[in-house]
Amino acid sequence: MKYALLFYSSSTAEEYAAAATAPAHAREPEGEWVKYARALKEAGVYIAGAQLTHSDTATSVRVRGEDRLITDGPFMETKEHLLGFFMIEVPDLDAALDWATRVPLMDGGTTEVRAAVSGMPWQQVLG
Amino acid sequence: MSAGELEHAFREEWGAVVATLARRLGDLQAAEDAAAEAFAAAANAWRKDGVPPNPGGWLTLTAWRKAVDAHRRAGAVAVDPHVLGEVAAAAEEDEPAMEPASLGDDRLGLIFACCHPALALEVRVGMTLRYVAGLTTREIAAAFLVPEPTLAQRLVRAKRKIKEAGIRFELPARPAERLRSVRAVVYLVFNEGFAATSGDELIRGELCEEAIWLGRLLHRLLPSDAETAGLLALMLLHHSRAAARQSGGKPVPLDEQDRTRWNQALIAEGTRVLDEALARREPGSYQLQAAIAALHGQATRFEDTDWPQIALLYGSLARLDPSPVIEVNRAVAVGMADGGLAGLAVLEPVLASGALEGYSPLHAAHAALLEKAGYPERARGAWAKAAETSANPALREELLRRHEKS
Repeated sequence: MKYALLFYSSSTAEEYAAAATAPAHAREPEGEWVKYARALKEAGVYIAGAQLTHSDTATSVRVRGEDRLITDGPFMETKEHLLGFFMIEVPDLDAALDWATRVPLMDGGTTEVRAAVSGMPWQQVLG
Repeated sequence: MSAGELEHAFREEWGAVVATLARRLGDLQAAEDAAAEAFAAAANAWRKDGVPPNPGGWLTLTAWRKAVDAHRRAGAVAVDPHVLGEVAAAAEEDEPAMEPASLGDDRLGLIFACCHPALALEVRVGMTLRYVAGLTTREIAAAFLVPEPTLAQRLVRAKRKIKEAGIRFELPARPAERLRSVRAVVYLVFNEGFAATSGDELIRGELCEEAIWLGRLLHRLLPSDAETAGLLALMLLHHSRAAARQSGGKPVPLDEQDRTRWNQALIAEGTRVLDEALARREPGSYQLQAAIAALHGQATRFEDTDWPQIALLYGSLARLDPSPVIEVNRAVAVGMADGGLAGLAVLEPVLASGALEGYSPLHAAHAALLEKAGYPERARGAWAKAAETSANPALREELLRRHEKS
């Protein structure tokens, strides 16, 4: 089954920017995230993934009939921000939870695990 | 066979059929529906033709065919193509058969799914009682004092989550953590029956018996797991005192219980199960608690209780699994073994931490130790505090009685 591992953090835009450039974390050539990504790749479970800019920089679009409404900011103002995700393919929830356990999120972060629906017609288009 | 045993045998069969179907369908709701149809078909067919030689096999095969029929009719959306492949293949056949191997006991996988930590604890309890023990939603709702529709909704949501989130009806790859959750669910059911946290009934004995039934099943399915045996032993030994624990709806403290009313058969069984578990040399919290309960069970009179040994066991328990509640119990045991002052010395840090301020047994233990140490005035205050903090009306009355006596 396919699972999304969604990474949430309560860090502010400033904290997030600082962490992203901190030598101990994401930027380091052999940092925790590099090791984690390599483990995903080597286990053959990786499908897709992205690290997002802070939700502080989000832009939301709503279409109401003919009108398009563009607003500055995320869909929901919450303390916890979605900052990235991986899509992985593993046999069951237990395996997905094991990968979620190994995610090198900073303290206070949370990984949400959601199974993906498969076999829908739109997915067949994409192959 | 008594009516109760017959009912349990029936429920056990139902649980086994649901377990086998759930594992093959990956869908507990579909399994439940198919099992219901198979049991209805059995009621008709068996009245006409008599009970077949292998009723369980008959029910499972019939339920499987009903499930395949349902799949043919619905053309279900393949959330999990891996699992549905098997049903889809069978749907092509005229007389869908089942591999003989799949008629084995699948209940362990069902138990692990119902007790998955991805479900909320109260949901795990409800799922286990419904699908493993075979209680009705009405019975479970009544036992846990929740409205039946609320419980039914929780179960529907849990079944959907199990299916869509990919929780398998299989033995987990790393069973230790999952098994801890299973044991905790069974013990929670037992405790809910043993000391009702709400309601006026002190012992909701049926829940204790359901928990013991689950414990026996688990022990049968996992005979070499020491802590699972320890849990069963603990429940048997606690339950052996059920008849003596209350009188006229009022709780009777351990030192005043009529020990001739203790169930010796349960004490013997619990002790035997515990001895076998201890011989495995994999100590754990349930085994230690069972060992304490066994020492109480061995004492024909309260005065004969081996308090020094019990105090030592509480010490081991505190090292294994430190908690202020265990310290309270240890303080009581130390008080009995070495006197009130020694017990108060153990209790002092717990009182000072304030961690259990609203926990009635803390104040009751404090009161009893103060009395023992010769401080009746201070004891009265502690008894009053114990009564004040108790949520159980019957227990509160008993504590007030002790307060007045002191």
